[in-house]
Amino acid sequence: MFDLDKWQEIYYTIKQNKLRTFLTAFSVSWGIFMLVLLLGAGRGLENGVNEEFEEDAVNSIYVSPGRTSIPYKGMKQGRYIRLRNSDYDKTKSEIEGIDHITGRYYCSGEFTVRYKDRYSSFSVIGVHPDHAFIENQKAFQGRYLNHNDHENRRKVVIMGTEVSKILFKNEDPIDKWIHIGGIQYKVVGVYDDAGDGDEDRRIFIPISTAQLAYNGSNYIHNMVFTVGDASVKESIEIVDKVKEDLSNRYKFDPTDSRAIFIWNNVENYQRFVNLFNGIKIFIWIVGIGTIIAGIVGVSNIMLIVVKERTREIGVRKALGATPNSIIGLFLQEAIVITGIAGYIGLLAGIGLIEFINYSLLEFSVEAPYFRNPEIHLQTAIGATLLLIFSGVIAGYIPAKKASKVRPIEALRDE
Amino acid sequence: MIELREIRKSYDVGKQKLEVLKSIDLKIEAGELVSIMGSSGSGKSTLLNIIGILDNYDSGDFILNDTLIKNLSERKAAYYRNRFLGFVFQSFNLLSFKNALENVALPLYYQKVRRKKRNIKAMEYLDMVGLKDWAEHMPGELSGGQKQRIAIARALIADPKVILADEPTGALDSQTSFEVMEIFKEVNNAGKTILIVTHEDDIAHKTDRIIKLRDGIIVDEEIAVAS
Repeated sequence: MFDLDKWQEIYYTIKQNKLRTFLTAFSVSWGIFMLVLLLGAGRGLENGVNEEFEEDAVNSIYVSPGRTSIPYKGMKQGRYIRLRNSDYDKTKSEIEGIDHITGRYYCSGEFTVRYKDRYSSFSVIGVHPDHAFIENQKAFQGRYLNHNDHENRRKVVIMGTEVSKILFKNEDPIDKWIHIGGIQYKVVGVYDDAGDGDEDRRIFIPISTAQLAYNGSNYIHNMVFTVGDASVKESIEIVDKVKEDLSNRYKFDPTDSRAIFIWNNVENYQRFVNLFNGIKIFIWIVGIGTIIAGIVGVSNIMLIVVKERTREIGVRKALGATPNSIIGLFLQEAIVITGIAGYIGLLAGIGLIEFINYSLLEFSVEAPYFRNPEIHLQTAIGATLLLIFSGVIAGYIPAKKASKVRPIEALRDE
Repeated sequence: MIELREIRKSYDVGKQKLEVLKSIDLKIEAGELVSIMGSSGSGKSTLLNIIGILDNYDSGDFILNDTLIKNLSERKAAYYRNRFLGFVFQSFNLLSFKNALENVALPLYYQKVRRKKRNIKAMEYLDMVGLKDWAEHMPGELSGGQKQRIAIARALIADPKVILADEPTGALDSQTSFEVMEIFKEVNNAGKTILIVTHEDDIAHKTDRIIKLRDGIIVDEEIAVAS
């Protein structure tokens, strides 16, 4: 491999056929370039979608009541279904496979929230302590709502970072009192939501407090739970069970799609994952197709080179070259051409991806479902191995042909 | 050194078989300077190819330097070519992108001799054929006679048992032909066996023994009187 004579010969052949070598190398470069670009873009799409999902736990399931659309057991259609605390309790205790659950009570409209002389309006939502896990919220300062808050109907709040910024500026909000619609609440924490800005503009209070303070009786507006690492099939089973229980309790047709609405993130997320796996496979097929075109190009050129160098191969054989040494010569040439060309394509592709990434960040372009296109190290290594492999494939047939050259035919004087 | 026993060789030409060599018996001792003559189609090139282990034969035995050369693998054939034989061609067949020195050193490259060592040796042989000052020149910059002298140096560098020359003077004028033959004589005097294929009488008559071939058989042998 590090034989100076072979390198000298490769240099010579490349120099002799500059244009031809360039065109061939270009097709390989282009193939790798496209593959890298496609993979990077695919990655960007995937990151974008993941980010959209990040704001909520991907294993969460939303249950909100609706209005019946089918008459059932003597009852007319058009009945409103309302969920109660008992539904929360029963779902929590009776259905297996649920790891976190919260009810939610939306205090109607937006409330004017005031701290000293600063005020603004935010939505205020009553939740159970498990809400933190479901919305991917972490107490950024202080603590999250806990069981004692819930049991004792404490007037405490945890608010989003945006709310804290508006009401408290740089002041420490913990243990300060704020007014929500005329009632005083103590701030116990500030949360940071993994999702986008709007999620940080809300205030959460214990659901028991919300029901008491805002005439909620024992009603809840919706119920959200997570199902651990349940598979899609298991999540669907859980959904069916919840639906069945509710239909028994509120007497609606279990097939009525409008009586309760269920949004199963497990199923939806899996759909996206499948879609992206599909896209990934497609990208590889297209990319590899392009590379194969490059390989065929290199192979073709090498065949012509072998033809042109028939006499030289004959001389070498007469001087004692073994078939293997001839194969090595042409194989190395093919690997060098594909290797260098491919590497240039790889660098160009990564360069462009990084540039796009930089531009997106620099000018904070908000492209929905597209974020942070990137190439993983293992992808780059994979591509490099693919290149060397391509070189071997491209060179093998011509090299084999060269090794079969019969010296007497090569040396025949015209 | 070279012994051929009832060597036969035929080629398939369509459905017919063309017999090129019809039972050749030949013995060449070490140190001989022999020429093979014959018109085109007489089988002299085929005979040279068989002796040069560049082609197989159908039946008979070919013994080179006490080794039976028969049904060899490509690898083995390459090995014997490299160790036993040195080739000189009509059209020189120097590699155009290598300079004189590298061309001469090429057989040693296939013996896996280190670059430095083989270049020193190549320089010695270039000196021997009087072209030491041309070592760095590319074949394109040299005259026909110079090229053939380089080819002879290349044939000699691996210290082979036999030198095979196929029309070595075919592309040269009579003056340079004469010079090239002088080199062959010198090499022969130093003890090397040399076999020259030619169709030129005056060249053949500079050798010790002339073998005439016609239609695949040896028709005549004469011991030439050295001129």
